[in-house]
Amino acid sequence: MKSMSENRVLKTENLSIGYQTKKAQNIVASNINLSIEKGKLVIVLGKNGIGKSTLLKTLAKVQKPLNGSIFIKNKKLSSYSHQELATSLSMVLTERLPESQLTVFELVALGRQPYTSWIDKLSAVDLEKINCVLAETEIHHLKNKRFHELSDGQLQRVLIARALAQDTEIIILDEPTAHLDLHHTIKIFSLLKNLTEKTSKTIIMSSHEVNLSIKFADEIILFTDAKIYTGSPTELINNNSFDNLFPKEIVNFNRNLQQFIINKK
Amino acid sequence: MENKSYTKYFILLSALLILLFFLNISFGSVSIPFKEIFQTLTGGTPSKESWETIILNFRLPKAITAILVGSGLSICGLLMQTLFRNPLAGPFVLGISSGASLGVAILILGSSVFGGFLVSSSISNWSLPIAASLGAFLVLSAVIIAANKVRNTMSILIIGLMFGSLTSAVISVLSYFSEAAQIQQYVFWSFGSLGNLTWNELLVFGIIYFLGIIGAVSVIKPLNSFLLGENYAKSVGINIKRNRNIILLITSLLTGVITAFSGPIAFVGLAVPHIARMLFSSSNHKILIPSTAIIGAIVLLICDSIAQLPTSEFTLPINAITSLFGAPIVIWLLIRKKTIFV
Repeated sequence: MKSMSENRVLKTENLSIGYQTKKAQNIVASNINLSIEKGKLVIVLGKNGIGKSTLLKTLAKVQKPLNGSIFIKNKKLSSYSHQELATSLSMVLTERLPESQLTVFELVALGRQPYTSWIDKLSAVDLEKINCVLAETEIHHLKNKRFHELSDGQLQRVLIARALAQDTEIIILDEPTAHLDLHHTIKIFSLLKNLTEKTSKTIIMSSHEVNLSIKFADEIILFTDAKIYTGSPTELINNNSFDNLFPKEIVNFNRNLQQFIINKK
Repeated sequence: MENKSYTKYFILLSALLILLFFLNISFGSVSIPFKEIFQTLTGGTPSKESWETIILNFRLPKAITAILVGSGLSICGLLMQTLFRNPLAGPFVLGISSGASLGVAILILGSSVFGGFLVSSSISNWSLPIAASLGAFLVLSAVIIAANKVRNTMSILIIGLMFGSLTSAVISVLSYFSEAAQIQQYVFWSFGSLGNLTWNELLVFGIIYFLGIIGAVSVIKPLNSFLLGENYAKSVGINIKRNRNIILLITSLLTGVITAFSGPIAFVGLAVPHIARMLFSSSNHKILIPSTAIIGAIVLLICDSIAQLPTSEFTLPINAITSLFGAPIVIWLLIRKKTIFV
């Protein structure tokens, strides 16, 4: 048991997520109890609007939890300053970047800001780290290009490289494969999977690619209308959790093929 | 672009700045040979005594003012464009200059409206800048209080614009009830003027300017992180609220003091950051802050030299020149480059 708690990087206790307005609490999901270990690829699945992004934003301290608590490396998230959290947790968001003339290198270098001095000078260590992540994400040849000239697939790799440059144990990605074709989607999935294996970073991402997630994830957090299921893909398949993901009239989960299949008319 | 060619551009621009500085001093209603000017500025005495007074007490302060105003306004524009991630932002979007105008309007126009309280004949050298600073400070406080109530940076932009219209409306009401002489005096102030500054005033101006520049350099790192949007900036550990307040304070201070001493000078703050971005094709503030400052100073020196109408008795309003000559240049640059960045 002891080794398990040592390996744990993120834990939630009776977490409720949602939005607080002056008049009312809009609870998106409650009673979330997660325990995420080091070096795992964790994928959050669920239909649109069910609370995947809200969960990720709450874990990243972009948004406050309504109730319950979050622990990162056994320390309460609420007691982290933004500066401190920046060296433990990095993000890749879905929002569009404002237009600017930043080059790929400069954009990735911004990931080093938690470590740079007040004038933002890159040290030899910073430069080495940046070159290392450019190689890891295979974007070295793009480094002098401006980011607005890139394709969606290339830009996504650049944003992942920026998060890697931040050198944090946890990386949170909100739908990193949105807008990507199948080829580039699989490339991103295998890149992230490799990263968890090689660097023992913990990656938590949301996705709509259910079939691919089952193949790549170590752990799945499955949002359904009734409850939230967590476990390895095999565990979730064996206890039929995937049947609850979508209404049954259009798609159904096929246990033998381990994927969702469109119903035949 | 490589670092080497950045350095090349900086050397070229600095040389141009120095050249224009001397040219600017040599222009004026009295023509003084270039050699004499150089001699006077380097500590010698010119062949005519009146030339020394003209150069040291009129033209030199004016040229220095042009440099401070041009670079100051341009840096404010850059800070606002990055903070609001909006290429149309400028030093005046927060309503600061309208605040300064309101202060001056109350001082000049109010004297006829409110009668006995203020007497226009008592308007001294210092009362204009003090009134303008007070007005700017009033609007600044309102904007910062509002900024801390709203989370969205775009709302601050709109709040600033609203303060701007509010103060303009008050000025219109004041002008309606004022006499022609006072309105004329106010209109002259709003034309803008780089001259008329004594060395004492220039010292006060210079100190505040210097503080503003130090502030701008100190926020280079947060400014660069803002290029990715507020959420990413927060995720690399930048304190958004604190840095936003610092940026608002720097801009208000610089815009306030510039408007106070030289009147509301349009266009420079909005356009120069775009010229700098196009010339250096960079969005990195380590490059943009110095380049924007140098180009801003160059632009205003050129505009002032044109306004001077060499060898003529007249001086055109600087505010008109900046827009007349600047706007077409920016339009041309944009059409050629086709895209605009923050």
